[in-house]
Amino acid sequence: MGEISLSELEARANAAGIDLSQIDLDSIQLPPGDDFGIISDDEDVYQEEQLDFDYGLGNTIVVDNLPVVPMEKFSKLEGVIRKIYGQIGVIKEDGFWMPVDPDTHKTLRYCFIEYNTPQEAELAKEKTNGYKLDRAHIFAVNMIQDFNRFMKVPDEWAPPEIRPYVPGENLQSWLADEKARDQFVIRASSDTEVFWNDARHLKPDPVYKRVYWTESFVQWSSLGTYLATVHRQGTAVWGGASTFNQLMRYAHPQVKLIDFSPGEKYLVTYSGHEPSNPRDANRVVINIFDVRTGKVMRDFKGSADEFAIGGTGGVAGVSWPVFKWGGGKDDKYFAKIGKNMISVYETESFSLVDKKSLKAESVVDFSWSPTDPILAFYVPELGGGNQPARVSLVQIPSKEELRQKNLFSVSDCKLYWQSNGDYLAVKVDRYTKTKKSTYTGFELFRIKERDIPIEVLELDNKNDKIIAFAWEPKGHRFAVIHGDNPRPDVSFYSMKTAHNTGRVSKLTTLKGKQANALFWSPSGRYIILAGLKGFNGQLEFYNVDELETMATAEHFTATDVEWDPTGRYVATLVTSVHHEMENGFNIWSFNGKLLYRIMKDHFFQFLWRPRPPSLLSPEKEEEIAKNLKKYSKKYETEDQDVSLQLSEQDREKRRKLKDEWEKWVSEWKRLHEVEKLQRQMLRDGEASDEEEEYEAKEVEVEELLDVSEEVLSFEFGQE
Amino acid sequence: MRPILMKGHERPLTFLRYNREGDLLFSCAKDHNPTVWFADNGERLGTYRGHNGAVWCCDVSRDSMRLITASADQSVKLWNVQTGAQLHTFSFNSPARSVDFSVGDKLAVITTDPFMEVTSAINVKRIADDPSQQSGESVLTITGPAGRINRAVWGPLNRTIISAGEDCVVRIWDSETGKLLKESDPEVGHKKPISSLSKSSDDCSHFLTGSLDKSAKLWDARTLTLIKTYRTERPVNAVEMSPLLDHVVLGGGQDASSVTTTDHRAGKFEAKFYDKILQEEIGGVKGHFGPINALAFNPDGKSAGTVRLPIFIGSSPLGLAVN
Repeated sequence: MGEISLSELEARANAAGIDLSQIDLDSIQLPPGDDFGIISDDEDVYQEEQLDFDYGLGNTIVVDNLPVVPMEKFSKLEGVIRKIYGQIGVIKEDGFWMPVDPDTHKTLRYCFIEYNTPQEAELAKEKTNGYKLDRAHIFAVNMIQDFNRFMKVPDEWAPPEIRPYVPGENLQSWLADEKARDQFVIRASSDTEVFWNDARHLKPDPVYKRVYWTESFVQWSSLGTYLATVHRQGTAVWGGASTFNQLMRYAHPQVKLIDFSPGEKYLVTYSGHEPSNPRDANRVVINIFDVRTGKVMRDFKGSADEFAIGGTGGVAGVSWPVFKWGGGKDDKYFAKIGKNMISVYETESFSLVDKKSLKAESVVDFSWSPTDPILAFYVPELGGGNQPARVSLVQIPSKEELRQKNLFSVSDCKLYWQSNGDYLAVKVDRYTKTKKSTYTGFELFRIKERDIPIEVLELDNKNDKIIAFAWEPKGHRFAVIHGDNPRPDVSFYSMKTAHNTGRVSKLTTLKGKQANALFWSPSGRYIILAGLKGFNGQLEFYNVDELETMATAEHFTATDVEWDPTGRYVATLVTSVHHEMENGFNIWSFNGKLLYRIMKDHFFQFLWRPRPPSLLSPEKEEEIAKNLKKYSKKYETEDQDVSLQLSEQDREKRRKLKDEWEKWVSEWKRLHEVEKLQRQMLRDGEASDEEEEYEAKEVEVEELLDVSEEVLSFEFGQE
Repeated sequence: MRPILMKGHERPLTFLRYNREGDLLFSCAKDHNPTVWFADNGERLGTYRGHNGAVWCCDVSRDSMRLITASADQSVKLWNVQTGAQLHTFSFNSPARSVDFSVGDKLAVITTDPFMEVTSAINVKRIADDPSQQSGESVLTITGPAGRINRAVWGPLNRTIISAGEDCVVRIWDSETGKLLKESDPEVGHKKPISSLSKSSDDCSHFLTGSLDKSAKLWDARTLTLIKTYRTERPVNAVEMSPLLDHVVLGGGQDASSVTTTDHRAGKFEAKFYDKILQEEIGGVKGHFGPINALAFNPDGKSAGTVRLPIFIGSSPLGLAVN
């Protein structure tokens, strides 16, 4: 659209019959990815950086170390070069220029090639730098714009200026909230807002709000220190002691997806670019940034095909995240699946461990232990069933195989790690003898025990379809939704049995539940059996210690369930991803009490701010749990104060409202009295105000409808 | 209280009106026949036949002798309540949307829709005591507001006319000169078209507007001061105030086009009660399977010494329910 002046805009609006003063600007939604030239809040921040990208020369490369040839061989050499570089991308018309020395009439050992896009030029540089035409001619390829930069390198080294140390903000201050509340971010329409979950006051307490904060989505870093926003020019992270300041930017044009490493040291960004030759696969650019310094630690570029193996989710044929992080919170390793291999990198040098990838023929899927540098991967059956399918556990960096299990007539495998890395469950779908259908079993690995014993678990009815599986976080139990009925069953198992710790045992099966998803509390013990989408948002809050239902509830058409990081509260959401009605979220207590409810039109995202792991040792935590009464006393009095204060405030507010109302009513009554005669005249003298003459008397009528007796039991943890 | 379901209309209801005593209920619907019912048992007394289009609104005189109806057939008709005879027909060149008798029943304010080249208008007609003397001439015609004017009513002592409609603005006009006196503040006013307007029972000291912006607002009729806002979760199609208690009832629901067909809860078809003063929701009445288009409180809330929740009527597309 370009910029137009305000008067032009008014003229145009008038021509279209629109009254500008009537337009609610906030209600206007732009289609995603298009801003009609309206600058987002951050655009000016990026502006200076953009000036550096001079795309005029960005798609031109200089190829050096070519053979020197006389004129008669010029076209032959041109043919050779065009063949090499034409494969990589489309060379512009007149995009080839090989200068000739006017004295010798020979070429000058170099040429220029101009591509249609900077991406192609970039790719050509990468692929052919060091290309051996023959022994004597090894290509040196550079972007022409880099050339200019290289020329400017000063001859003498100057010591870098040492800037004085400036202490940074405390990025963790949100953890020191006096009321020990948790934060969450929501995105609705063009607004992005951060709130405290103020469960005591039964409402969200605003922290920060910004319109057009992000151009596509927001994401917390893994430990909650940063909030990342995504823009066309790249990603930015925000945080700080009191509010949300921009802390760092990571330039990556047209970034689509981002991922933080578990220890939030690194940020992985992804973009896909359409090639100018439509037959080629999309070009993929992945950058790994150091979160704190903003430096690119490593970049990966290639065609989308190379990144499209294994995994689920993601966009445009790429499974996201491409890189899975291993080694727990130390961010030591990251790995990606490739054709017949898993490439494991370490973050000290950002290169392959042992300089080579882990060979694994036809590997389909892999995953890291959440805590240890152990890789589990799954290889399907090969050679038409001659070679069995296999699940392997490999230690990194030694690449030593810790354990492996061969599996027969397998159709598919899924790997589920328990959050402490204690157990690995492999869900195995096997073909029946007729090969017409499949049934499911589990292989349970006890990682922390000697020799990693494996146990096979089959459901009571092994033909049951598995709808969902979930480990108890930090625990030894898991839940499975299974069955083919419209109302499936939910079973709970434990990896520990009272007398024999080495055996898995079933705790209970709940029959006929309207559930299709499992949401354990992050602290374990409690689980929500949720019936999302098709089940219209049925919720059952279940206590697995006591094996009893605490509450059942419904959030109509709920699409997602999100526990807060402490397991005290849980949010259920209806986002506009599925439909535009009923958008908003509910906040519940862990035991299923609805605390408050917020409706938001065009509601896209709700994310709890993650917390870093507790600094308390398990022993200390246990001790606190034992002496909970002592610790909770302080909070109980606070709670009471708050609720007293609240009801006092509430009373005060009501009193004020009543008083204001009374003032209006008495004024109306006065005017009504003043106008009585005139009204009577209008009604031809009818003494007409009798409708006010009756009085409203309040009489309470009690009617006994039904009497029933019920034994109530009060249990700990219930309100 | 047991609801009474009144079935009789073949098309969605559009408007409900009790007479002053509260014993008769007049209903309008998109079928062409306004109907009168006994309010206490739901028995149908009769229909008023003669319109040739949806009937949008009606009003009944203080003595329950005359009924006035506004129809999409571009006419407003005066009826004899008792006999059902047509007394007079006012013809317009666009559909009539709302009617309201003045205090004393000597004037009626009628709004007409924008149609083809015709803009919306507020018309004031003098109602003759003797129907044979009735003139079709307008005493006053006001134009100006953009889009449909969904409702216009008389202000205190017939001195003003209050109008509201699709342009989201509430306006107060001088009923003598047709001059615009006041407009609602766009900052605090409705953000989407106003669907309904209902005045207080004490000769309009205050009035309530309902809007598709999912709220209802209470205004002072003399100063156009915003006094209260009642927020809900669905577009509001109909509003009413209890004549006795400090209650406000809002009816609404999603448009038929955006309602999912799977579950009636998705449409939010309940009528919702609010505390008029505290602006808090105090209850709801379920049992409707389509958007609520019309509501009315029975002015007679004082039977046998007990004050009950005054009888109210909600309306779903094809049925009436009395609670």
